[in-house]
Amino acid sequence: MVDETPLLQLRGITKSFGSVQALTEVDFDVRHGEVMALVGDNGAGKSTLIKCVAGVQAADSGEVLFEGNEVHIHGPKDSARLGIEVVYQDLALCDNLDVVQNMYLGREVHDRLQRLKEPIMEQKTAETLKSLAVTTIRSVRQPVATLSGGQRQSVAVAKAVQWNSKLVILDEPTAALGVAQTEQVLALVRRLAEQGLAVVIISHNLHDIFETATRITVLRLGRNVGVYERAKTTQEEVVHAITAGVPTKVAGIPGTAAGATT
Amino acid sequence: MSAAGAAAPVEEEPRGLPGLYKRAITNVKSGNLGVLPIVLGMVFIVVFFSFKATNFFTGNNFDNIIVQMAGTAMLAFGVVFVLLLGEIDLSISYVAGIGALTVAELQLPGSGHQINGLLAMVAAVAVCAVIGAVQGSIVAFVGVPSFVVTLAGFLIWQGVILQQLEQPGSIIIQDRWINYTASYYFSDLAGWLIAAIITAIYAVTVLGGVLGKRRAGVAIGNPGLVVAKLVGGAGASFAVVAICNHAKVPHGLPLSGVLVVIFLVVLTFLAKRTTFGRHVYAVGGNAEAARRAGINVPRIRILVFVISSAMAAIGGIILAANVNSVDLNFAAAVIGGVSLFGGRGEVRAAFLGALVIATVSNGLNTAGYATGVIYMVTGAILLLAVTLDTIARRLQVRSGR
Repeated sequence: MVDETPLLQLRGITKSFGSVQALTEVDFDVRHGEVMALVGDNGAGKSTLIKCVAGVQAADSGEVLFEGNEVHIHGPKDSARLGIEVVYQDLALCDNLDVVQNMYLGREVHDRLQRLKEPIMEQKTAETLKSLAVTTIRSVRQPVATLSGGQRQSVAVAKAVQWNSKLVILDEPTAALGVAQTEQVLALVRRLAEQGLAVVIISHNLHDIFETATRITVLRLGRNVGVYERAKTTQEEVVHAITAGVPTKVAGIPGTAAGATT
Repeated sequence: MSAAGAAAPVEEEPRGLPGLYKRAITNVKSGNLGVLPIVLGMVFIVVFFSFKATNFFTGNNFDNIIVQMAGTAMLAFGVVFVLLLGEIDLSISYVAGIGALTVAELQLPGSGHQINGLLAMVAAVAVCAVIGAVQGSIVAFVGVPSFVVTLAGFLIWQGVILQQLEQPGSIIIQDRWINYTASYYFSDLAGWLIAAIITAIYAVTVLGGVLGKRRAGVAIGNPGLVVAKLVGGAGASFAVVAICNHAKVPHGLPLSGVLVVIFLVVLTFLAKRTTFGRHVYAVGGNAEAARRAGINVPRIRILVFVISSAMAAIGGIILAANVNSVDLNFAAAVIGGVSLFGGRGEVRAAFLGALVIATVSNGLNTAGYATGVIYMVTGAILLLAVTLDTIARRLQVRSGR
């Protein structure tokens, strides 16, 4: 585990919006086949960090290594090319389109005359959902508007996974879901990791995180305050880090946080 | 037409239900009435005017209605795409006027800039496409609401038309090709051939779709529905030709009717079967999701306004050709039929809307009512029809679809 190069490495990511320092010298690693939870209070910089990886926002400084090579992500297309897919909190699905149409949105299979190849897309969609054991969706030709929250989340995740992605980032995947639906989605997240994908899950819900995550990265006020192995930590310790954590990197003084296992 | 229309409500439903009949019942119960209310409304309108005016229910008048509907239908087709985006285009009636004016000016003998009628039509469509591109760009790049942009367009293009026509009052269209768009009627034989060709193309498309699905191992729709579609399509096209050939004074199938069918098919294909159409639906459904999926949202917005204005030009040409001239009152009559059912986001619904409005105004005309009454009734029907449609949809939402 130690000698294996992490899939994604962020080194010293800094980002400010005007006078507001959103991220300060943040380091972040994700390995193959693991579920990395990214936690922190509101305004801790979780979403900003994710947006830097997704190419929605550019970091002011710092470097991004993907599979050990330095990469420059300037837009959503760059990250998609690397195999990074983000499932946003608001899901980015079109309610008026059906499951197949959403899965292939912007990447429709078509011939030279721009004619859509519906049968192929329908077949592939059914296969992808089956491989992820998403069985609650009755018909892939249902409009997304008719799906429940958990089903929508499953579609959004399946959409992200479909494109041979290597890293899937989930922003608050269970925030709006009931208990049973949350279980559904968490099971899906675990399956992704079992299939060898790296998963980053942003959540406020520590219960969900302790159910799924392999490791937990805590951000506080735009700084990294610790990385914990799920098996070797407790909810109390993580809560303490979220609310009162001390930065691991304070200008020039390395590794100052207690309990960090990086 | 009514046969194809009646089969439509069950077309988009999930597969696997045992019988067509049962599926239709389920749809009706859940409030998913499709085009059924429109078809019933049409039947009522036709029966009503048949009793009201002796010369309404005749072959001659059937031909008339087709020609009168054609121009409005073209405008309605174009605006469907705008409505799909959740935008509005108020300018189309006067953009249509600009299209007609351009054609009229370019065919004017002895004006020094007279060109071939066909070229004049192409030029008119191009001019209006540019108008659409400008209006669309302001909406897409600057973010001015389409309501404001196209309302401004409405005033500006109306002004241009008034300015140009102030001196002559009206311009007579003499060019053969331009007038053909509204006044050419096919011979009996040609009419039958066209019906056969339409039926054949329809059959090939429907069966091709079934084969494609089978090849990919995807569920195929109810075979009964496929047969019903084919029989309905063939029946409708041959029935229309039979009535047109039976007519005496305008005798035969009008070219304008064929043009409407061609654009209906082409634009339906564009909306439902191409990546462009899919992206239009996506931008209309959730523009942010479309953007994140890598769709060029401003490009889609602009193209949609280009389509709307170009179709307006085509409609304008047919409307002008129908009266062989462009005059100051040109655009007023157009506005009514355009948005009726266009909000359903289906080209064929826009077709039915145009058909309803054309039939009603023709009926009122034949029964001898004044223009004022025609406008009032048209307005009332517009409100009534869209209200019923909205209520039906709300029921549909409530029953969880």
